[in-house]
Amino acid sequence: MATQHYTSTAKALHWLMAILLFGLLALGFYMHDLPLSPDKLKLYTWHKWAGVSAFLLVGFRLLWRFTHRPPALPGSMPKFMQFAAHAGHLALYALMLAIPLSGWLMSSAKGFQTVWFGVLPIPDLLEKNKEVGDLLQTVHMSLNLLFVAVLVGHIGAALKHHFIDKDDILIRMAPRHSKEK
Amino acid sequence: MKRLACALAFATLLPAAHAVEYTQVQPDKSAVNFVYKQMGVAVDGKFRKFSSQLKFDPAKPTAAKASFDVELASVDTGAAEGDEEVAGKAWFNTKAFPTAQFVSTSVKALGGNKVEVAGRLTIKGKTQDVVVPATFTAQGNTAVFDGAFTIRRADFTIGEGAWAKFDIVANDVQIKFRITAATK
Repeated sequence: MATQHYTSTAKALHWLMAILLFGLLALGFYMHDLPLSPDKLKLYTWHKWAGVSAFLLVGFRLLWRFTHRPPALPGSMPKFMQFAAHAGHLALYALMLAIPLSGWLMSSAKGFQTVWFGVLPIPDLLEKNKEVGDLLQTVHMSLNLLFVAVLVGHIGAALKHHFIDKDDILIRMAPRHSKEK
Repeated sequence: MKRLACALAFATLLPAAHAVEYTQVQPDKSAVNFVYKQMGVAVDGKFRKFSSQLKFDPAKPTAAKASFDVELASVDTGAAEGDEEVAGKAWFNTKAFPTAQFVSTSVKALGGNKVEVAGRLTIKGKTQDVVVPATFTAQGNTAVFDGAFTIRRADFTIGEGAWAKFDIVANDVQIKFRITAATK
């Protein structure tokens, strides 16, 4: 059976966001423990800019997802595995929305407004409040740890499909060679 | 006749007006805040501890006197690590220079409820002349004074070493204050 690929746009979004989100995760965990310095403030600002960008990309991606049906899962997959796959994807989308939102609200509550690329001010939804800021910091951190866990499952599943089940789940998200079709 | 009546009425009122002098600063209704820019984004901060002396008679604004002593270690930059950093040597060096001081030298009346206070601001052992526009609003036996002025942190060597450049933390820092003072 010919492989049913995702649309090129869906693939581009998937891989672009994969790079962006790994960068954001790494930067987030790294910058958090740095001693205060001009570089630290710069990294925080970049992290916030990238986070807003990721949020917008997720929004576009969801729009694309709702208007373009992804290829169906292989019929060889047991029902509960199919259910787990959908639940995993749902969790990824939910976290991709919730994480930047929690970061933005945390910035608001801590009194550091987010200004996208130093140009577009994102309104502060929350008043400055230390307790709320600290709470949201914990929320942002916890959601990210959860995200890492779900990502491990996501990548692990993709590799299992490719190397153990030997189906086309990974291939259909891979960049297509123009010769196929 | 009318004019004379007016003048008389005014003359009798004047001594009463002179008696109104705001001198009792109410610390809990006063504030020293600042706004600094971090990569172009305005961030609010404040000082929790300060004391202020004031003598202000609305009828004789030019005779007014004001002074501030700000406990620099009481800074709130919005982040605990920021407070710690700013108290350190590169910024305020609060161990060697615990207080910032403002002492007025002259006051100009700008008409209405506006005044312009000239004075000397000393931070971290460096003194600069500053001019502070302020407004006052009297309500019964208390008056609220609001003012704001901008200093350049480099003039006081606030933020040395890695912080000396202005690309991350801007040179301009706006100081905003409010003093609420009552009559005796």
